[in-house]
Amino acid sequence: MRHDWEFHVVDTVNWLRPLLGGALIGLSAAALWGLNGRIAGISGMVGQLLGPDGGWRAAFLAGLVAGGALMLSFLPDAFSTTAVRPLTVTAIAGFAVGVGTQLGHGCTSGHGVCGLGRFSVRSAAATLVFLGGGIITASLYRWIAGAAS
Amino acid sequence: MDSGGGVMIRLWVSFGGGVLFAVGLSLGGMTRPDRVIAFLDVLSGAWDPSLAFVMAGAVSVFAVAFRTLRNRKQPLLDTRFDRPKWRHISPRLVIGAAVFGFGWGLGGFCPGPGIAALPGAQPDTLVFVIAMIAGVAAFHLTRRFTKIGGPSSYAHRTLL
Repeated sequence: MRHDWEFHVVDTVNWLRPLLGGALIGLSAAALWGLNGRIAGISGMVGQLLGPDGGWRAAFLAGLVAGGALMLSFLPDAFSTTAVRPLTVTAIAGFAVGVGTQLGHGCTSGHGVCGLGRFSVRSAAATLVFLGGGIITASLYRWIAGAAS
Repeated sequence: MDSGGGVMIRLWVSFGGGVLFAVGLSLGGMTRPDRVIAFLDVLSGAWDPSLAFVMAGAVSVFAVAFRTLRNRKQPLLDTRFDRPKWRHISPRLVIGAAVFGFGWGLGGFCPGPGIAALPGAQPDTLVFVIAMIAGVAAFHLTRRFTKIGGPSSYAHRTLL
């Protein structure tokens, strides 16, 4: 027998926390744009970290790590403790993310959040393609891994 | 505006932006590759739509801020808005986004959450971030010695 409050706990994890988390991401991107005039695109920051204007990028990425450490102590269940994929698969995935984001000039943050928020058709196209690619790959992986086991 | 103090304030804003971004990512569930895969794997029978709310929240807040600021000549702490210059949908954009989507769906990590999850020191997070940096470096090194990839807005400020 489930109590009423349990439904609330489940519900907020399912939509309120994601919505609030998303709003904070949007707020961060808005602050970086309104105060510094920069787009919060993480893959671009990584790719141009060693370029002539790398200082603010390094600062943002350092903040990203610091914020992760902060949340690790306050909300440990926001992080995984078991790997969902074999490490070799994760390595291939990481390499593809590195190459793909540089080739496509952006990732979930630059195209997905800032690009869509600017109503950029180019970013909307990129977002559709990487979302579609992600959906196809995740589905195919389940089928192939299921058939192999 | 380019006094030493201005530079420091902008760096702190950047750092604070990163902290807030990581708090949002982890609160939203993006730092859990299992949830990202449960979101992308729409036909699994156990689809988890919650990460769509992260996207909806982030895009709407940024869109309101962007529209509010659209008539301003310059940002509050700097001399100009660094607007993305590229507008066309090139083969390069589509291929790059497809390769990125493949990696995202395969591992469940995208760049921001991978970096924000580093303090957890999980082996898969470390492997992802190292492999991602290798991919970024491989791309820019390849571009430096060949013409592969076509013209880039990174042309004057690349990694290496």
